[in-house]
Amino acid sequence: MIPIDIIQKTAETLMDKAAIEIPQDYLDGLQAAADVEDGDLSSFVLQAMLENYEAAKEDRRAMCGDTGTPRWYVKMGNETQIEGGPIALEAALRRATANATNGVPLRPNRVHPLWRTDHDNNVGIGAPEIEYGYEPGGEWIDLITVHKGGLFGTDYRMLFPSDGIEGIKRFYLDSLVAFGKRGLACQPAIIGIGLGGCKDTCMVLGKRAACLRTVGSENSDPKIAALEREFKEIGNSIGMGAMGFVGKSMVVDCNIEVGYCHTGGMQMSVHAFCLSSRRAVARVFADGRVEYRTDPNWFTDYQRRETVEWDAPAMEAAE
Amino acid sequence: MSPRKIRLSTTPTQGALDDLQLGDIVYLDGLMYTAREGVYKRALEEKANIPMELPRDSAANFHCSPAARINPDGSFEMGAVTATASFRFAKWLPEWMEKSGAKLIIGKGGMTSKDYKSFFVPNGAIYLSTVGYGTGALLGRGVEKVEAVHWNEELGLAQAMWVIKCNNMGPFIVASDKNGDCLFERENAKIAENLHRVYEGTRPATLKRYGETDDRSDEVI
Repeated sequence: MIPIDIIQKTAETLMDKAAIEIPQDYLDGLQAAADVEDGDLSSFVLQAMLENYEAAKEDRRAMCGDTGTPRWYVKMGNETQIEGGPIALEAALRRATANATNGVPLRPNRVHPLWRTDHDNNVGIGAPEIEYGYEPGGEWIDLITVHKGGLFGTDYRMLFPSDGIEGIKRFYLDSLVAFGKRGLACQPAIIGIGLGGCKDTCMVLGKRAACLRTVGSENSDPKIAALEREFKEIGNSIGMGAMGFVGKSMVVDCNIEVGYCHTGGMQMSVHAFCLSSRRAVARVFADGRVEYRTDPNWFTDYQRRETVEWDAPAMEAAE
Repeated sequence: MSPRKIRLSTTPTQGALDDLQLGDIVYLDGLMYTAREGVYKRALEEKANIPMELPRDSAANFHCSPAARINPDGSFEMGAVTATASFRFAKWLPEWMEKSGAKLIIGKGGMTSKDYKSFFVPNGAIYLSTVGYGTGALLGRGVEKVEAVHWNEELGLAQAMWVIKCNNMGPFIVASDKNGDCLFERENAKIAENLHRVYEGTRPATLKRYGETDDRSDEVI
């Protein structure tokens, strides 16, 4: 049984870490982009960003004033039990979100869509989002918070099999150029692409590809991994850099995730995580131990499974 | 070549403004206030009295809401400061400039050269863009003090009018000049020359989108 007070305390620490500490994998990716960038203005912007991440850590202040729309991804091992059950878990995550908004402080971004009511704590109807995943075996809970900006850089399109890879490339480029101009997408960024699923799951896949995979990670399907590398290179050859200035850094990494879709369709979504790509992760064990990390490790073989049954040997090994 | 760096007052002289060139990097000193949807609506549509003496106290309007809180004792804690996209506020700005005497409009992404020529140039105003759209911590360091927060009860913390005292606050990039030229449009034009090459071999989607033009005879196939 995982104690609920440890979950809430850990969640509050994660909110603080996500807002303030840029993940190392992303920082390395951005440094690599800065090393090859030769546009005058783009280079200046990237250097300023690198200085900004240092300033955030030194001062313990949020790296970006728009602290996005904080959300939670929760994953549990199959044997996990939480003190108070799922209702207590959700209450703890909502409390942590509200407390950290006031504590760090974060910007209270969340308002009612029509009445613009602001509770000044990033909590409201459906906010923060809490999504779940499960893994065979184990008694632990992974808490993952992502603070992603919420206005630009994301798009969806229904493509068809006849659109082919050329159609996918076209929509990818359209999305990067459309939101890259004037830097609305806050590039360079991790670009996530969702392919397939249904309209809603396609958006979910693309968002998770952007927010829950690290820079340098690859899809387990080698042909998709090759597409990821190709798309990263295409994105960086547009001639556009940070803030939409002339340059060559648009894409710090490109991650693609797929889901089975309607036989007639080929749904596609594109998501740009922010220049300040904010995520933080912790695993809490039943004995109260907490391990912090920055890799969500969300897309396991189990999450990408294709078969009716999950094969037994892997399950036994995990147990 | 690295860009030119300039320190500028938030109540700048016309000479200092006229001297700014596209791509210059600016650091600000003096009082600055935030204003976005909520403030414009309240001041211009609901005709509420602006709770500051403008432009005497400040001629710098920041399209921003900070990551900040008001403590129970009434003091302020301001962490990071980042701008929001300015194009959404174009419809209020001509009247706002007339009313407030704003000379520096600071935000994200700039506005169009048409906007600059039609109401920035006649008012002698300049647009400054934040950098990278994420240097919130660096800008936060430039906040010497939060002087006041107006209308937070009416508008909420994210839409309130924050008055901040800047000390060497930056970096910002000059995105419009005295002629109304636009830095982002200049860059867009250079990038556009190359776009046909990167698009080579791609093709438009089979299913089109309806409603993005005013031509109601459009079809999606």
